[in-house]
Amino acid sequence: MTTSSEQAPPRVGLFVTCLVDMFRPTVGFAAVKLMEDAGCVVDVPAAQTCCGQPAYNSGDRKDTRAIAEQVITAFEPFDYVVAPSGSCGAMLKHHYLELFTDDPVWHERAKAFSDKVHELVSFLTDVLGIEQVESGFEGSVTYHDSCSGLREMGVKQQPRKLLRGLDGVTLKEMETPDVCCGFGGTFCVKYPDISNAIVEKKTSRIREAKAGTLLAGDLGCLMNMAGKLQREGSAIEVRHVAEVLADMADGPAIGQPKTSGTGQ
Amino acid sequence: MKIQSPTFKTNTSEALEDVNLQKAMSVVEGNFVAKRAQAASELPEFESLRDSARDIKNHTLAHIDLYLEAFEKKVTEAGGHVHWAETAEDARRIALEICRKENARTVTKGKSMISEEIGLNEFFEENGIAPVETDLGEYIIQLRKEHPSHIIAPALHVTQDQVADDFREHHTHLDAERNLEEAPTLLQEARKILRDKYFAADVGITGANFLIAETGTSVIVTNEGNGDLTQLLPRVHLVLASIEKVIPTLDDAAQFLRVLGRSATGQEMSVYTTLSTGPKRADDPDGPEEYHVILLDNGRSEMIGSEYQDMLRCIRCGACMNHCPVYQAVGGHAYGWVYPGPMGSVLTPSLIGVDKAGHLPNASTFCGRCESVCPVRIPLPKMMRHWREQEFEKKLNPATQRSALGLWAFAAKRPRLYQFGTRMAMAVMGRLGRRRGRFRQMPLAGGWTRHRDLPAPEGKTFQALWAERRKNR
Repeated sequence: MTTSSEQAPPRVGLFVTCLVDMFRPTVGFAAVKLMEDAGCVVDVPAAQTCCGQPAYNSGDRKDTRAIAEQVITAFEPFDYVVAPSGSCGAMLKHHYLELFTDDPVWHERAKAFSDKVHELVSFLTDVLGIEQVESGFEGSVTYHDSCSGLREMGVKQQPRKLLRGLDGVTLKEMETPDVCCGFGGTFCVKYPDISNAIVEKKTSRIREAKAGTLLAGDLGCLMNMAGKLQREGSAIEVRHVAEVLADMADGPAIGQPKTSGTGQ
Repeated sequence: MKIQSPTFKTNTSEALEDVNLQKAMSVVEGNFVAKRAQAASELPEFESLRDSARDIKNHTLAHIDLYLEAFEKKVTEAGGHVHWAETAEDARRIALEICRKENARTVTKGKSMISEEIGLNEFFEENGIAPVETDLGEYIIQLRKEHPSHIIAPALHVTQDQVADDFREHHTHLDAERNLEEAPTLLQEARKILRDKYFAADVGITGANFLIAETGTSVIVTNEGNGDLTQLLPRVHLVLASIEKVIPTLDDAAQFLRVLGRSATGQEMSVYTTLSTGPKRADDPDGPEEYHVILLDNGRSEMIGSEYQDMLRCIRCGACMNHCPVYQAVGGHAYGWVYPGPMGSVLTPSLIGVDKAGHLPNASTFCGRCESVCPVRIPLPKMMRHWREQEFEKKLNPATQRSALGLWAFAAKRPRLYQFGTRMAMAVMGRLGRRRGRFRQMPLAGGWTRHRDLPAPEGKTFQALWAERRKNR
């Protein structure tokens, strides 16, 4: 919560991610709150749109590069770049470097940028050293390890540690929490039937865990699993882990109607 | 083998509807994934062995010409013959010539994916030679007139009940009322029938897990011992292997064997590991009188020096497919050619062309589980992405996808336009979805809403709310 008085507070640029920006701003504000509470100065550059993954994974290198240059430039003034997503985080941290292997100047800039990039929860724990957060959230939760966060950003124990530190929360692990939910960006619309077979397996694991709330660190996976659970008639609530950690889980869960009529 | 990769989408729809296939595939997590994890956790140096396996392969590929020449020299010194086959057709022709010279009527075969790759069984049958598969899984699919759906568990897609039915149908000399409920009974029955075939065979054909340059040795691993009988009993032993199977030394082979079994089936080692070097020597009690090796290129040398070179490290353990959510959902036949799963999605376009196999590298969630278990650390998702780049450059992907992507990219490069657009779109969607919180149907998002609801946006975008917060401060 405090930084030493001589040290300037870390300046963090929030990479908001397209899905958070469009579908669930609450996650962005939860991220801001978590970092501000930890003593960071957070800003959100307006010149960001998307990390470029849809183009990158579709084989369109040229457009990806143009988008990457735009993102790198926008975030150069910050000490850290933090994304509430392992997938976009991995794109910024690892894949931007691959785009510029033949351009020494941009590769240098991409390298400096890459060194500053973190996924939100691992930034809180591994960089800021936070061991516990304050949240009044109550209930049982199960946590899905989103693929890029897990395998490219090393996020596994960090969210579990913070969740276990909350008095009102019981963590009930599902079987194989590290198996893909079938979202895969454009995969889920290019191959909807395969994607469905994968998410069906996932939701049965989630239901078997018998937790009231499903959490994860990536909105894409969360929308996929929430959409499937709701199609199956399940009452399990689905939220981004940042909402719970920031004590901002009082609004409707993903895909749920606004009950009070006000909301965010 | 007929190439069916272009109809991948239809293949997968059929696979998802196939009750038997789905039942057969449901054992993969428990049988392969869990066992690999257990075996890896019991060996403290497993991760460093993977690094070492990768390094040995990289070194070998960098000097593959020298190692192949050294291998040939040693085989010749041991009294064997090496044949170089540039194409599948060359390999088939050479194999047939060897069998013809022997007047072979029956040929036993130990598992070899290369023989699938060159379509050897069909070719032999057309030329009056009866190939007999001796691996239990291969034997089963031969009865069923199918192809392997997995590189180490060829009949993975078949349930035990189906095998019992197949045996009743084909083994007509046995009592029709016999009990075939237990797996060991099925195994015993197949074993008994195959035993006679080993003695009848004129030529035995095996694949090779490794070719050792230092000694001119071919190595095969099996769990049933069928490889040993195939290569020891007939008068001629023919090894069919692709060029990238070569490794420098026996010590290297020992390292690979430690990661191979653990990655494939979770075993410390396969039950049988057989090394053969040339034909029977004067004082050997048994063994073939002639020993041939066919070294197949079939497009591989073109991969060397390309962005797909790392794929040639593959030691065919099958761990990537076992761990792949797509493979687990649709099985191996859906991939439409010899090599399925993530390794197939990279290798197949190299061998048959990205124009025919374009679906394969696209049908991946990029979850990365394949790369995380690969014993030689092949960056499979990265190479699938390379294929997508080639497709994009050649304009092979559908026009609707291309124009949607182009439109999106145009906006994504213009933040003001993009934010104006998202603000408008989300306001509308937010209002429409406010009552239910989600959509059951959405124009242009049919792929999504066919199987799941689409969560409605909150209404205002984060960027719009952030701008408001700034103004109010």
